Amino acid sequence: MSALAEKKKPFFGKKEKKLITDPFDDSNPITVQVLGICSALAITVQVKQAVVMSISVIFVMVFSSLIVSLLRNLIPTRVRIIVQLVVVATMVILVDQVLKAYVYDVSKQLSVFVGLIITNCIVMGRLEAFALGNKPFPAVIDAIGNGLGYGIILIIVAFVRELFGSGKLWGFQVVPQSFYDFGYVNNGLMILPPMALITVGIIIWIQRSRNTALIEEN
Amino acid sequence: MNTNSNAYTFVFMAVLAIAVSILLASTAEGLKPFQKENIKKEKMQNILASVGIKVSPENAQSSFDQYIVNQIVLDGKGDVKTSNKKAFDVDVLKEYKSGLNSIYAQHQNDASARANALIEKDANYPLFVCKKENGTTNYIIPVVGKGLWGPIWGYVALEEDKATVSGTTFDHKTETPGLGAEINQAFFQVQWVGKKIFDNDGNFTSVKVLKGGNTASNPHGVDAISGGTITSNGVSEMVERTLSIYEPYLKNS
Repeated sequence: MSALAEKKKPFFGKKEKKLITDPFDDSNPITVQVLGICSALAITVQVKQAVVMSISVIFVMVFSSLIVSLLRNLIPTRVRIIVQLVVVATMVILVDQVLKAYVYDVSKQLSVFVGLIITNCIVMGRLEAFALGNKPFPAVIDAIGNGLGYGIILIIVAFVRELFGSGKLWGFQVVPQSFYDFGYVNNGLMILPPMALITVGIIIWIQRSRNTALIEEN
Repeated sequence: MNTNSNAYTFVFMAVLAIAVSILLASTAEGLKPFQKENIKKEKMQNILASVGIKVSPENAQSSFDQYIVNQIVLDGKGDVKTSNKKAFDVDVLKEYKSGLNSIYAQHQNDASARANALIEKDANYPLFVCKKENGTTNYIIPVVGKGLWGPIWGYVALEEDKATVSGTTFDHKTETPGLGAEINQAFFQVQWVGKKIFDNDGNFTSVKVLKGGNTASNPHGVDAISGGTITSNGVSEMVERTLSIYEPYLKNS
């Protein structure tokens, strides 16, 4: 594809739209590519944390995709993974430092999870698979799409776990006291990590029964 | 340009490493004063929160100066230290990590041997005296200990009789969200109010975090957090250990 042909294409065309929408269904990072499972298990006990984590992941992905994409012709192939890791780690540390200085209470909420972003396979996976071979603009779009695809699953899982595990949503009690008076009990298993895995499994099941193109041949 | 040659790879990585380290170092240095200020204000907020005074970060300094009328530093035996070190400047978590934790582990059952070892280590035990608007005096004691994944800490405030808990705050670095991390929630902390650290005969009992079967009428126990056993035990241990060092001071003055 020559540079001239690239310029004639619309600013936000079909290809860009596909980059945003694909990660929601056909190539969702968690349910289809099965990346980033670790953080999906660890921080989906409460919706609020899932939302904050999703926002931070999107932020880190966008900026590291942008940087790696800008450097793509300069990065020596043999050390590309190390370069990506350095870029991601730098972004994460910068985010952490800025949060600590200016929004201290948010940074306290996030403290444990910010470090988890570095090990999130989705970030590295998209840098390696997409940003390294594409121009900055599509790379950023791809990062936003995958970040949203990751976030939506995280929030769904957190919604189920917080609702049934502690009867709350976003920290507010939603299961009324009268339910408890009738003998309703919060499901303690929901708070524990195995239930996150089961919830993700159920989401994958539902998704595949609706979208048969995802089912493998054998 | 051959981006795959060895020389290019080395140069590229060197430039990248230097650029990144300069960027990170300057950011960290530039933001440090803001971060330190935040941590200091948070400490003041936590100290005041243990006696039920809620302040915003902006007012932390002025409220702290208003309510905290005296700051005392004790040594490992519970005697008042004469040095000029201010109680607020003592970093109990840092001291705990740099050697005190091993002293505690070594002398679990021998209070006098522990006291000697602590004095030798020049350990500091801060105590804040708070005077509220209604004239009551509270004694605030910082506590530090170990949770499941990392350090836990907090403040225990005692009433004027130096025997009844008037309030607590607890916090943690990396405890499990939804389980051990719940120690920083109000439902756990309010249980402590009104509990006694001495029994009727004046013997030190502390307030223990008990797993199951605890009744609200038990003056020396609070309910543990389900699924957060190790964190709950850590809270119990840190309160008992710390208060046992302050015990002579609390009894004699």
